[in-house]
Amino acid sequence: MKRTNRFITVLIFIFLYIPMAVLVVASFNTGKNITHFDGFTFQQYVRLFKDDDLLELLRNSLVVSVLASLIATTFGTVAAIGINGLNPRLRKAAMSLTNIPMTNPDIVTGVSLSLLFVFVGSRLLGQRNSLTFWTLLIAHVTFNLPYVILNVMPKLKQMDESLTDAALDLGCTHLQAFFKVTIHEIMPGIISGAIMAFTMSLDDFVISYFVTGLDFVTLPVEIYTYTKKPIQPKIYAMFTLLFLLIFVLMVISNVIQLMGDKKRQSARGK
Amino acid sequence: MKKIISVALVFCLVLSCCAVFASAKGEKVTLYVYNWGQYIAEGDDDSIDVIEAFEEAYPNIRVKYSTYDSNESMYAKLSGGGITVDVIIPSDYMVGRMRQENMLLELNYDNIPNAQYIDESFRNTSYDPENKYSVPYTWGTVGIIYNTKYVDEADVTGWELLWNEKYADKILMFDNSRDAFGIAQYLLGYDINTTDEAELQACADKLAEQRGVVQQYVMDQIFDAMENEEAWIAPYYAGDYLTMVEENENLAFYRPDHQGFNMFIDAMCIPTCCQEKEAAELFINFLCDPEISAANMDFIGYSVPASASKEYLDEELANNPVAYPDAQELRNATSFDYLPEDVARHMESLFMSVRNG
Repeated sequence: MKRTNRFITVLIFIFLYIPMAVLVVASFNTGKNITHFDGFTFQQYVRLFKDDDLLELLRNSLVVSVLASLIATTFGTVAAIGINGLNPRLRKAAMSLTNIPMTNPDIVTGVSLSLLFVFVGSRLLGQRNSLTFWTLLIAHVTFNLPYVILNVMPKLKQMDESLTDAALDLGCTHLQAFFKVTIHEIMPGIISGAIMAFTMSLDDFVISYFVTGLDFVTLPVEIYTYTKKPIQPKIYAMFTLLFLLIFVLMVISNVIQLMGDKKRQSARGK
Repeated sequence: MKKIISVALVFCLVLSCCAVFASAKGEKVTLYVYNWGQYIAEGDDDSIDVIEAFEEAYPNIRVKYSTYDSNESMYAKLSGGGITVDVIIPSDYMVGRMRQENMLLELNYDNIPNAQYIDESFRNTSYDPENKYSVPYTWGTVGIIYNTKYVDEADVTGWELLWNEKYADKILMFDNSRDAFGIAQYLLGYDINTTDEAELQACADKLAEQRGVVQQYVMDQIFDAMENEEAWIAPYYAGDYLTMVEENENLAFYRPDHQGFNMFIDAMCIPTCCQEKEAAELFINFLCDPEISAANMDFIGYSVPASASKEYLDEELANNPVAYPDAQELRNATSFDYLPEDVARHMESLFMSVRNG
């Protein structure tokens, strides 16, 4: 039984990672063709770093993801603490309300945000370009929020409330207690929420597609339009780098969580 | 002498334009260009980076370049409102549609002197009879790509090759209703812009007949499948054939000119949401410059509508009959017109039922 379980796990991992492996291999291929490997080269990476337009798109994607995840993490954490303080019935209602945007199909979110932005921008404010970097950022913060809240909530529930009381007893002001105790206790949740938000932002296509104007375009939206010609191998190189970035982030977030758990366990053990 | 004068004139024009912009704003003008993805030379492999070259030539104009994946999505974005776009490059039928819906501005040819290079055969087209709204950017034709290693030349007689049971399961077909129906229409001798219900049904029946021999309905995957000889026969664009033949020299291209075939033109236009019309015209003019358009076509692989550009093209490409068929071969070439919404939808649903069996 144990052996079959292990076998299935390995199979699932192979299935999940084979597409990535193909991509990584293709990014080092001298030929354009994915189906046979002609030789090893870094040429695609050289090409990638020479292509300013592509790098600008990558920069755009990173700027939006970083900003959106930072803003969403701040608001999300505050919101989670607020929701946690509500009475159970209201808390449940608030949680379902925050979950809806997450389960809502992206296309619905995208179209409705786009309609809202165009309505407010063109009709109410009379702007020429109502779809800009700012609308993209607002949209990203919007869909990132539930992920942050969802990651922070369990940590808040795990936290012993008497810790804050103890801090207050020992002479902390409410603000000090909040920063020194609460934030410290829920930090792993905040970090994993932020990383989750960042990755969601980085790979979002559907919502971004509807809310970007011509001013500020992110990488996935641009790649989607490459229909006239087959995709150039330097794109594989970029995807490989992006995959590595996400991979490293995920490892970091897991290590942080593991370390946090261990520390807590040993602290409790004493 | 003539050349010197024209250079001087262009120089004056540039200067005066710069002066106009400098005095009017004293700051940079932002020009929004909306084009197909991968449809302009980017400076790869020592080619010209066209956008950069334009910004160098006109330091007062900053280009914001972004891309779309289909005529329809570009149309949707523009009609959705809320954005400013100064230059677009839609295909023929979409130019026709936008012209009819008053979404395009009339061009001022005083700012586009390079439009003189456009060949006569690309002027006064059906989608823009008086050239008021569009200047051709690129063009191409649809034909059959086949692998000479496996396909008997004697069978290459016309569009019926795509129905030949001898090559069952080695045939690819367009995965879009308009192009697929176009092929059936040429084969059956109908007008490719027909709205006749019975004719459309006949085409659908013809395509359903083909279903048994088709390996797959594809678009982009054609490149890999043909280059790797997983499939032997596929209808596609001449320009893309030239890309494929570089990878596999057994591939050949055939246009059934006795039955007719599709010819497309993608043309530069200025939509009504444009804010910088003069700069937009300068940009269009820049893209019409023979050297620049040659660089673009070299990158895209499609054909250039101005013979003057050919001297800047690779000689082999400029004289290639696949890219530049002669007038005799083009006599039966036809272009898509805009189909009324309900007809297009009907065609789409017929195609879906063919495709999904």
